[in-house]
Amino acid sequence: MSEKNGFMKALKCRECGREYPLEATHVCEFDFGPLEVAYDYDRIKKTLTHEVIASRPKSMWRYRELLPIAGEPTIGKQVGFTPLVKADRLAKKLGIRELWIKNDAVNYPTLSFKDRVVSVALSRAKELGFTTVACASTGNLANSVAANAASAGLKAYVFIPSDLEQGKILNSLIYGANVIGIKGHYDEVNRLCAEIAGKFGWAFVNVNMRPYYAEGSKSMAYEIAEQLGWKLPDHTVVPMASGSLLTKIHKGYQELTKLGLVAQHDTHIHGAQATGCSPISVAQKAGLDFFKPVKPDTIAKSLAIGTPADGFYALKVMRETNAAADDVSDDEIRDAIKLLAETEGIFAETAGGVTVGVAKKLIASGKIPKDSSAVICVTGNGLKTLDAVNGYCGKPREIKPSLREFEALLAHEEKVNA
Amino acid sequence: MSKKVRIPTPLRKLTNNEELVEVNSATIGAAIDELQARFPGIAERLVDEKGEVRRFVNVYVNEEDIRFLQNRETVLKDGDEISIIPAIAGG
Repeated sequence: MSEKNGFMKALKCRECGREYPLEATHVCEFDFGPLEVAYDYDRIKKTLTHEVIASRPKSMWRYRELLPIAGEPTIGKQVGFTPLVKADRLAKKLGIRELWIKNDAVNYPTLSFKDRVVSVALSRAKELGFTTVACASTGNLANSVAANAASAGLKAYVFIPSDLEQGKILNSLIYGANVIGIKGHYDEVNRLCAEIAGKFGWAFVNVNMRPYYAEGSKSMAYEIAEQLGWKLPDHTVVPMASGSLLTKIHKGYQELTKLGLVAQHDTHIHGAQATGCSPISVAQKAGLDFFKPVKPDTIAKSLAIGTPADGFYALKVMRETNAAADDVSDDEIRDAIKLLAETEGIFAETAGGVTVGVAKKLIASGKIPKDSSAVICVTGNGLKTLDAVNGYCGKPREIKPSLREFEALLAHEEKVNA
Repeated sequence: MSKKVRIPTPLRKLTNNEELVEVNSATIGAAIDELQARFPGIAERLVDEKGEVRRFVNVYVNEEDIRFLQNRETVLKDGDEISIIPAIAGG
């Protein structure tokens, strides 16, 4: 890279536009607005072409000019480029012409889209000289920070609500990270971490590293467009916790359009929440441009953020792209997890159930028209939230190792199903 | 006894790097005015032109978001701890 900061220009306040140096800082001193990375798009346009991208390894880093690090990535070089699955069987069930699943349930190395943001945040943290990394997390982020920090020899502190799914807790502990369970919900973990981040000189990926971290999500949009043959889908359905992913997918599509990598297309970006934590979808349905914080109560713990930091911007994106939001109950989430598994062979975590469940509602109500193309973003793996479906998908039928018993079992089932 | 306000890093330049400031006001709104009198310029960081707490500022009294209480009218008791925290991203 010829210049000190790669293709980044500055950090810029989204509210007032004031600029800040490219350090580990996330809030405008003047109005507390979030800081965002500004890029030199003229230079990027000269470098980043379809051919250049195609010549690079199949990871999220094939779009590295659009990701906020100065040099080459050092952590998570293999992250991303997850399958975009043509979901014909699910499409038929939901009654839509063309349906795709962007499957980040198989992202590397920790089976969620969080590997994208962490790869960026830790590569940047290393550039800035940090040796300890940390995060506030609903689980997936903690897993990814723990694993990626271990691979780079960085010290990690991860803060999680103490009542998380067992799978998500173990998936952080196994990497030797310092796991701190907070007796409270995610918003309380978040508040504590904001205070800790102000006190210790650590790279908190979603606090002081947030401007870099959040940009990693854009890679999901770039991949969707490339995997569709360099075009944008009519509709994208995205799960919302803080609302950040939805805004970054929108930004990713916009950047590709601005750089001439895809044709201008009228694309709609819809948001999905769980009814037990739906501050953004409730506001969207009421036509408001602000949300009211809530206290979460849902099995979709990875989406259980009652005070969504990017809720305001997520509402704006949905308004601007003429899109909708909706939410689904715990039962609808479980049903949708099963539907996706039984039609496409993909086992999503609860957040995936939320997204599929909401997509189903939006197609049924005509907000996503039946003759259009849609992408559903599945952001995490069902193996991490087994507790949520345990007891809801039947039990194995047990028999002795005897052919006669098996034949009797089949005969009985044929009678039942006849 | 009075009430304590935790000042977040971005605002400490205004409080001469003081992290913990004591106030005597009876409500959140009055406490912001009191801070402004002592540290000129701090109020406009916290509230907008209409006097509402800014979109990206979260204020907590003893760990409870004031939007779950009575916002600016939230009553303060002696010994209460007030935290001012910027909104942060998901996880």
